[in-house]
Formats: sequence, C-alpha cells, structure tokens
Amino acid sequence: MAFATSRAEASKGGFRLSMLIYDTRFRAITLQVIALVLFLLFIGWLTDNVIRNLDAKGKDINFGFLWVRAGYDIEQTLIPYTNDSTHGRAVIIGLLNTLVVAFFGCILATAVGVAVGVLRLSNNWLISRLMTVYVEVFRNVPLLLWILLTFVVISETMPAPAAFKITPAILESRAALDGLTAQAGGHGLAARLAGLQVSSFAFFLWLLAFIGITGATWQYARSRFDAGKAALITAVPAALWIIAALTIFSPSLSPVLAENEVSAIGPTEPAASKFFFDSIALTNRGTNIPAPLLDRPLGGTEIASVPVNFSVLAVLAVIIVSGIANRSVTRRANKLQEETGLRPTTWWISLLILFLPLVLLLTALGLHWELPGFPVNAQGVSQGFNFQGGIQVMHSFTALLIALTLYTSAFIAEIVRAGIQAIPGGQSEAAAALGLRPGRTMKLVILPQALRVIIPPLISQYLNLTKNTSLGIAVSYLDLRGTLGGITLNQTGRELECMLLMMLIYLTISLIISSGMNAFNSAVKLKER
Amino acid sequence: MSQVQKIPDVAGEVAIEIRKMNKWYGQFHVLRDIDLTVARGERIVICGPSGSGKSTMIRCINRLEEHQSGHIFVDGTELTNDLKNIDKVRSEVGMVFQHFNLFPHLTVLENLTLAPIWVRKIPKKQAEETAMHFLTKVKIPDQALKYPGQLSGGQQQRVAIARSLCMRPRIMLFDEPTSALDPEMIKEVLDTMIELAEEGMTMLCVTHEMGFAQAVANRVVFMDQGQIVEQNAPKEFFSNPQSERTKLFLSQILGH
Repeated sequence: MAFATSRAEASKGGFRLSMLIYDTRFRAITLQVIALVLFLLFIGWLTDNVIRNLDAKGKDINFGFLWVRAGYDIEQTLIPYTNDSTHGRAVIIGLLNTLVVAFFGCILATAVGVAVGVLRLSNNWLISRLMTVYVEVFRNVPLLLWILLTFVVISETMPAPAAFKITPAILESRAALDGLTAQAGGHGLAARLAGLQVSSFAFFLWLLAFIGITGATWQYARSRFDAGKAALITAVPAALWIIAALTIFSPSLSPVLAENEVSAIGPTEPAASKFFFDSIALTNRGTNIPAPLLDRPLGGTEIASVPVNFSVLAVLAVIIVSGIANRSVTRRANKLQEETGLRPTTWWISLLILFLPLVLLLTALGLHWELPGFPVNAQGVSQGFNFQGGIQVMHSFTALLIALTLYTSAFIAEIVRAGIQAIPGGQSEAAAALGLRPGRTMKLVILPQALRVIIPPLISQYLNLTKNTSLGIAVSYLDLRGTLGGITLNQTGRELECMLLMMLIYLTISLIISSGMNAFNSAVKLKER
Repeated sequence: MSQVQKIPDVAGEVAIEIRKMNKWYGQFHVLRDIDLTVARGERIVICGPSGSGKSTMIRCINRLEEHQSGHIFVDGTELTNDLKNIDKVRSEVGMVFQHFNLFPHLTVLENLTLAPIWVRKIPKKQAEETAMHFLTKVKIPDQALKYPGQLSGGQQQRVAIARSLCMRPRIMLFDEPTSALDPEMIKEVLDTMIELAEEGMTMLCVTHEMGFAQAVANRVVFMDQGQIVEQNAPKEFFSNPQSERTKLFLSQILGH
C-alpha cells in the first residue's frame, strides 16, 4: 500500500520546495505561473515601447477623432450619412458595408458550394467533371484577381445609361414604321405562308427537338405498350410541339412589309433594355434595381444617432413570430407521429404560416416597387443622364460579392464533398436494407453524420469570407478597411488607434460568427463514449 | 416484364427462388447461372473462398446489388427495377452486415425504432416496446440508451440483429456476421443466431463458422468463382464432399 502511504504523507503537509518542479500536481501550476509572468513582462515591454516612441513623436493615444467631422463621401450608405457626419459614423457605415457583403456572401457561397459539392459526386461524368473544373479554377487563382476581373468585366461590358434612353430619333423611326404599316394594308394567306420563317436556325433546332422527342417517346411507349397505344401516347408531345411551332414561327398577323423599306428606317428601340420584367438595368455605372416603397409606413425614431425604422422592425417581428409558429406546427406533427405513427401533411400549413402574415403586413403597409427609369417629357423623350428611382447598387459591391461567393464556394464544395464521402457506404446500405428510401436515408442517416464533419471547416470558411471582404479596397468598396483603416486613418494620422479599433472590430465579428456556429455544431455533433 | 410475376407458391413453402441469375461488374462475371431455392423455415449456410461471390449473391436478394439477367423471387415477389417490389421485398427481408453498420449518431433504442417509425409508420411508443422486446431477446436491454460507440463488437452485432428483427422480417440474411469479432464475442452472436433458427426463421448465412453450419444449417452451399459448386446437407457436405474444389476448401479451413 505504498500509494496510500505516500498520499497520506502528502496530505499531512510534507511540502518541500522541490515539489514545485518534481511533483506532477504542482508542476503544471508552476509552469503556468512562470509563463504568465513572462507574458505580462512582454506585454509591458511592448506598451512601454509604444508610449515612449509616441512621446518622442509628440503623439498620444486619443480616440477623440471619432467625434470630428469626417469630410469625405461614401458611395454606398445603408444608414444616412453625409460628409458632414463624424468619423465615428463613417466607421459605422464602413462596418455595415462589411457586414452586408459578408452576410450575403456567406449565404450565396453556402448555396453554390453545397450544390457544387453534391453535384461533384454525381454519377453523371460530364457534370462531375464540370464541377471539378469549377472547384479547381476558383480556388487556385488568388481572390484579389477574381475581384478585379469581375469588376472590370461588369463595368467595361455593360452599356452606358444613355443606351437605355428613348431619343427623338427613335420616336421618328417609330412614326415612319407606323406609316409603312398603314400603307401596306392587308395581305392574303399566300403571303403569310410565304413569310413562314422555316429557313431560320431556330426552326432547324425545333425540327431536331421534334424528331428527338417524338422518337424517344415512341421508343419508350413501344417498350411497354402495343403499337396503337404507343402511337396515341406519342401523338401528345408531337401535337404540343407542333402547336408551339405554329405560335413561334407563323408570321405575325400584322401585314408583311417590304424588306428594303423597313431596313431604311432607323432603330425603333433603345440600344439597351432592362431585364427581369423590365425592372433591372445593368449599366457601366452600376446595377439599378427596384426599390421597395411603403405607402403607409409606421415611421421611425433615432436611437443614439442610428435611425430605427418601425416598418422594418414590424416586418422582422412578423417573420420571427411566423418562424416560432411554424416550429410549433412541426412539433405538433412530431407528436402526432409519435402517437399514431402517421405524420400529418404540414407543408401547406407551413407555407401559409410563413408567408400569409408577411404578405398581409406588407399589403397593409402599402408595399410597392419603384422601378428605375428615365423621366420622359410630353413627347416621350427620356430626360437626364442616369436612371432615377430604384436603388443603384455599386459595381464595387457586386464584384466583391460575386468574387467572394465564387472563391469561397469552391472551398465549401470540397468541404461538403468530404463530409458526404466521410460517411461509410455501409450506412446507406443498412438504411436501404431496413427499407428506408434514399431521401429519408439522406435526411435521417447521412446528413446528421455529415454535418458534424462539415460544420467545423465551414466556420473557418465563413470567417475567411468575412475577413476577405477587406480586399474590397481593390475596387474602392468603402468597408471598414476603406473607412476606418483607409480614409479616416490617412486624414487623422491616428494610425495606432485606427488599427487597434479595426482589429478589435474584426475580432468581435469573427468571435460572434464562430461562437454562433460552434453552438450549432454542438447541437448536431456526435455523442460517442 | 412490367407486372409482378407470381411464382407457383406451394402453400407458401418457397421463401426465395433464384433462377439462372447472372451478374457482371463491368467485364467481370461475378455470378454465373445461380439457381437456388430456399424453402420457408430453411436455414442455409453459404461458404466458399473469398471472392467467390457469396456476399454478392445474398446482397442481390434484397437488391443492394442489381442482377443483370435471370430472376429472383422473394416471397413470390420478383425483384425488378420496380421500386414498389423492392420496398416490399426489403420490408420482409432483414440483413445483418459484417461491420454491423449501426447508425452512430443514434442511441441503440433509436437505431431500433428508426425504420419501424418511418417505414412501418408505427407509433413511437409501440415501436419502443417492440425494440425493448428484441433487446431483451438478444440480452442487452440495459444498453438501450447508450450509443453504438459505447458498446463492444459483440454487443453491437446483437443490436444489429435486433434492429433487423424490429421490422418483423420473414427472412434474415447474414453477411459474415462474426468475421469482424473477437473469438469470445463470436459465441454470443452465434448463440443469438441459433436461438433465432430454433424459432423457425428462414435464414441465409454467409459464414466460415463450420461449427455453426453443422449445428444449425439444413443445407450447406459451397460457392467458387461465382458458381454454386455443391450443395448438400451439412453431414454429407463435411463427411463426403463431391467435388475436388470442395475437398480442397474443407481441408484448408478444417485442417488446423
């Protein structure tokens, strides 16, 4: 019983100084105390050094500059800001710009990354190879180059806003065309048939598709049914295809005009046009998108010089309440399944709960969209030099967002692929042998296990993306780095304060992201032993 | 062959019928003209050298592998590409794997109730009662709330057997259930299987446990190079093997 005696001896208080180094119980503490003292000495030396050097330069550490007029403009401001605002407010604007890119970047990169990662495992040779190329191309070229390339491409290839304008010349051409049409009058059936655009490339494509579709349907139907039934089944897609052709390729009911007369008339439409139901305009200055406007807003107030919009708060509140209500529906479904074994259909209830209150609220607030466009005078000629109304999204923002998304999604794709491949094939075999269908197997067996492999590296990617937003400086995107670490720093000369503050803010953002994701991770992680 | 083909089922006597089944992995001919009929309640042990296609054959019976020609009927249902038939067969056939393949993120109890709840649509409470019944049967009811990683290999394999039984299968397939286990754990798993056999379960078992074959099997099937070389009652099979290949195999595994 040597152990018992020595323990008794130790607890009796036979403490010798040498035990601080040779006794495992004290040794750990001793080493930590020494390390702490050394660390504090090092920090003290650094601080002392900084203060002395600042003294020699006649500087002090002072954050007072944050309350001084900034005097510079920022293109993209999510909350009101003018060059009369303070440096402190400019910092907040920069922070918000950083956060908005990071937020949308993380969401888009996850969506693209998951899709690419899953498709890379596809059995389809072409798709899996394409995804491999995607991953290798985007992760092996520096992010900065992608940001610059995207920026150059979208700002150089897009038309100037003037290309969207309706000019007096266009109006004249339209009038001339109307005149021609009136002269031409009606034409007979023969002329219309002659105008049938059978020689076009589109018609050739149509013919190929027609042969392909009817052929495939016939083969499929013939393999299961007798010839009569198969012919009947084949007739359906064939008929649909012919109807489609008649509507696409038959000459319009307007009269046929002489080719040379028409070509003599100038363009009747502007060189560029908006897309997505005439609502979004891409120009070399930026992307003009519709702006949501409220007829009956709830007003707002200002707390600590940050504006608070009650309408936005109301929308957020409704979304949160709907989410909670939807969870209780899911919980009720779980309970019903536990009791009766049958799971009620809830997707339409969920849809109603999630969207109906929001739609009602937005209707009550009088939501409508203000489309970007040019004001027109009485004759219908566009006025001004750029779009009015709507929101102009800066190309620096778009380029940064697209490049960050493409670059980070390549890494996320690899993480997702690794996560799914980390699950042994035996798992899905066992599930299949028990009679579980592939979708259920994915949801109940594979994903819960894959997530625990995916999430920790995914956190790193989110942090990377957030910190990489600081590369926006390359395309003059004024984020935290551009305001606090750029113009404010240069104007005030407070480099130490600016850098410290900037590090502190980036650190805080990163810690918030990582603690949030860690909480999620511990919720899904595997409990073993 | 779009419709379910019913084979003449003599008063439900035929559990599995395999006719002229062939399978290829690319150019490699894994299974050649397999013919095998298993009567209800019959217990068959399949043995043979590694790579002889025995695992592949029983994995074809619940369609973990596809066969390219020939027919497989399980309880009168033919295995085709029809998902309905596959579901029907899988709900009647349980399978136990060499590496257990328990779901590590679920407790033992959840492993046992997952399929009954989501496939059989049984109320959770009832599924848990069934699960506890079978856990008691394999003698580990006290491990119900642990995770598979916390159990020994033998216990894990018994959980895997119980998990299959919870689906109330009429046929059980065992794919080398004891070959990943320590010698002393083999016995506890074999005991469970013997108990199951005594209750009249139709069993197909790929194994090299010749003692088990002698004690339990009605018939021993010997496979080599994707073919069934010989099948016989265990007594004759071991004492009087017909083919040279069988004799060589037996001398090698019984020789030491």
